[in-house]
Amino acid sequence: MALSADESGRLGELLTSRAEQVTQRWTEIMVGQLRGRLSQAELVRQVQELHRALLDALGKGTVDLQAEESTELRAVLAEFSRGQARQGLSATETATGVFALKEALLAALEADQSVETLRDYVAFSALVDQMGLFTFETFVRARESLIADQAEQLLELSTPVVKLWEGVVAVPLVGTLDSARAQVVMERLLQTLVDTGSPYAIIDITGVPAVDTQVAQHILKTVVAARLMGADCIISGIRPQIAQTIVALGIEFGDIATKASLADALRHVLRLTGVETSRRQPRREA
Amino acid sequence: MERVPILKIGEILLVSIQVDMSDQTAVALQEDLAERIVATGCHGVIIDITALDIVDSFVGRMLSTIASISRVLDAETVVVGMRPAVAITLVELGLSLNGIRTALNVERGMELIAIDRADYDHDETGDDPIPEPTASP
Amino acid sequence: MTSGADLGRPQAQTVGSDEDVVRVRQLVRTVAVAVRLSLVDQTKVVTAASELARNTLVYGGGGTVEVIAVDNGRRAGIQIVFADSGPGIADLDLALTDGYTTGGGLGLGLSGARRLVDEFDIQTAPGQGTRITITKWSR
Repeated sequence: MALSADESGRLGELLTSRAEQVTQRWTEIMVGQLRGRLSQAELVRQVQELHRALLDALGKGTVDLQAEESTELRAVLAEFSRGQARQGLSATETATGVFALKEALLAALEADQSVETLRDYVAFSALVDQMGLFTFETFVRARESLIADQAEQLLELSTPVVKLWEGVVAVPLVGTLDSARAQVVMERLLQTLVDTGSPYAIIDITGVPAVDTQVAQHILKTVVAARLMGADCIISGIRPQIAQTIVALGIEFGDIATKASLADALRHVLRLTGVETSRRQPRREA
Repeated sequence: MERVPILKIGEILLVSIQVDMSDQTAVALQEDLAERIVATGCHGVIIDITALDIVDSFVGRMLSTIASISRVLDAETVVVGMRPAVAITLVELGLSLNGIRTALNVERGMELIAIDRADYDHDETGDDPIPEPTASP
Repeated sequence: MTSGADLGRPQAQTVGSDEDVVRVRQLVRTVAVAVRLSLVDQTKVVTAASELARNTLVYGGGGTVEVIAVDNGRRAGIQIVFADSGPGIADLDLALTDGYTTGGGLGLGLSGARRLVDEFDIQTAPGQGTRITITKWSR
């Protein structure tokens, strides 16, 4: 698929001698396609940058997009498609932005209709195709990392650990708990216990629609881990269906305190701490 | 071989483990601590493991043994500062550290020992039966 | 810290003493950090390595530990091989049972270590020594 050295040279000449015509036609096609979603000035800048990078690569005698001489060109293409991904353009729109070069080249070659020209055009097209596919791939990768980042942010957002009282933190769990999320929540809860020096944690599962064995295991393990660290967990907000599931699955909650509501759980903790204070300072109560 | 220092603060012995202990160091700590409890007559031992990035079954067993030995020598042991990742790993490993009291930090550990000793002193005077937790004296 | 260059190459540590078990832990942690395991996963794999290296020392009469960064195309990970030419294990099922011990320990070394990693492979026979390979993948 690589160009011959001659073809590469001729393409470079064409892009230099007809620079204005090619970039103009190229920009027109992109403008028409995007219908004002990116500003004309922005598109002109993009096209000129791509044009310059392609010329540079050809100037170094490149014959293939994967070649050493094309490193710079690949970087510019990658930056281009990442930019389009961030602007919310589709993969097709991004790739056709590059394919538009073909049409611009065809217009530039139209004057001379010899067989050589046709052959050149086919060879040039192959290079542009490579560029387009490369853009497509980078675009997909950029989108994937964007989605991964957002998923992580969502995970952070969806698992607040709040301080409820002096020495008491709570995690109100809302929504479906899969294994990954349960793990994140639990790690954050334990870290918050350390950071705030809180010996009590309330895990409220009112907003959790269903509990399966794995999730229940995660919660149980967290309670045991918290105990190892010197903190106590109370589970609140167990709805009737979930209580039935827990029993049906044969999950042992053992001596873990469970309360119907967050308020009950807090009352329970306050009573516990209250006892502690009265035991430590008996005179104040007397 | 490195030795873990044991500090006496008031009526409490404080052991702050700062190094990645070899098994020998762990065994030596066990012995040193028993001697220091008897020599000082302290009734509380706090083992701070904030700096430990792992606790394996050997160290876990050492902690349990220290707790048992000090109990025989009339001292209460509290392990403090266990990191979340360490706790999660111990649960997975299947180590429950039975018989060991834990607290989040040194301060809470000291409170725990103070409460214990207060109860104990109360029992020692023996003039009242142990009061119900909710009833004030 | 380990540079990227020698990450792909296995790093070996002989296990002949207590201090060597500490060195194994440190080596495993360095590689686990380099392949970007989460903090909890680092802790799990270092703990598993500590258990198994001690087994190599106590039951295998010493041996070697090899640590290598691996990549399965999708995720990076750490692989550790513990090898000794000790007496081997006659009843593997029994040895993998929680609480079973012949060395006065808690009997959590093998079974516990297996729970802490993603892949656990053991090759042993009486008189043939023991070779355990564990792998932990980043999430």
